[in-house]
Amino acid sequence: MLWKDALAERRSKEALNALFFFTLLLLFIFQFTLGGDRERLTDALPGLLWLGFVLSGLVGLGRAFLTERDHDCWEGLLLSPGDKSAIYLGKLAGNLLLMLLVEAIMLVLFGVFFNLDVGRHLPALAGVVVLGTVGFAAVGTLFAAMTAQVRARELLFPVLLLPVLVPVLLGSVKATEAVLAGEGLGGVTHWLKLLAAADAVYVAVGVLTFDAILEG
Amino acid sequence: MTRTLGWLVVLALVAGLVMGFLVAPRDAAQGNVQRIMYVHVPSVLVAYLAFAVVLLASIVYLTTRRESADRIGHASAEVGVLFTGITIASGAIWGKPTWGTWWTWDARLTSVAVLFVMYLGYLLVRGMVDDRERAARYSAVVGIVAALDVPLVHFSVYWWRTLHQPPTMLKPGPSTMPGVFAATLLVNLVALALVYVFLVTKRVALLRREEEALA
Repeated sequence: MLWKDALAERRSKEALNALFFFTLLLLFIFQFTLGGDRERLTDALPGLLWLGFVLSGLVGLGRAFLTERDHDCWEGLLLSPGDKSAIYLGKLAGNLLLMLLVEAIMLVLFGVFFNLDVGRHLPALAGVVVLGTVGFAAVGTLFAAMTAQVRARELLFPVLLLPVLVPVLLGSVKATEAVLAGEGLGGVTHWLKLLAAADAVYVAVGVLTFDAILEG
Repeated sequence: MTRTLGWLVVLALVAGLVMGFLVAPRDAAQGNVQRIMYVHVPSVLVAYLAFAVVLLASIVYLTTRRESADRIGHASAEVGVLFTGITIASGAIWGKPTWGTWWTWDARLTSVAVLFVMYLGYLLVRGMVDDRERAARYSAVVGIVAALDVPLVHFSVYWWRTLHQPPTMLKPGPSTMPGVFAATLLVNLVALALVYVFLVTKRVALLRREEEALA
């Protein structure tokens, strides 16, 4: 299944290029729609950051299973020997890597455009981002596999995913707020615990139910 | 069987109305508006019951692949969404004169709203997947994810903000609610729970017939 992972890696180069431009455009749009007011942008920065992560994540995850579908590899996945949950974990790892890469790029871009001092907060910020992204990718991978076979895929995927992600988003934004305000993670340990719990629950459900989704 | 249940529902609803409008006294602080509570609180409890049934039905379906479990999950989700809608609507009508606003982003309002959209998504999956068996599998997965998400949503939204009055009945310690109010609430809870059972039974029967007609 590591091979599957590596394949996803190689393919993701094309995804990465497109997503890079997408995030750049997102930043432009944030700037244009919210105006040049520095103060207001700084207040809204944690929210904007995660809005960017969510939008790029939706685009990135939405196409995670399209290669399998377009090239009729679904049966191949089905017939592959071994545990089906390994496919899920491989896909999850691939998506996670892609999303973290995009998010790293976005953080740098935020640093440049919005004068955000990324370097100073990096360890804490990276922790929050990883915790939030694992949960995001875990449900996202599960639902992407599900909606890959459905007619109105582009519509159904976000409609299903966003409500479920409410706790992850709230936790991530609150923790990011605390980090960017220079308060550190001491005051938001309850949010971090919630994020960790969400990650554990989502990955466990994904492993257990992926079998049922893959069947056809 | 369903007919008897139907009459029981009518009886219980009438009893609930009588209790709510005639027996229970006017609330000293809130006036008649408070009577909305007799619909609001039972509705949300029944909605939670409905979604718990969806979770159980989803797990049973995925492990045994029995179609009856799938039908119960489907019917229960529909009725649960209906009761969630009643909860939100009645809460808004109560909130306007009491809080002065239809809606605020209070913790419990938000978590019920999230619940509402999650299970709308569940029903959407059902509607959008053409293959019956596949729709059953997919929605079962969504049913499990959504139910496990409920506690996470609850805590996150609670920490996010809260101004809702704390629950009066389900909190530790002796209840501060006068007996008449509690009794009225209980009668209405039983009535709406019966409505739930009745609607689910009807819907399950209808789903079975639809399948027979299409087969």
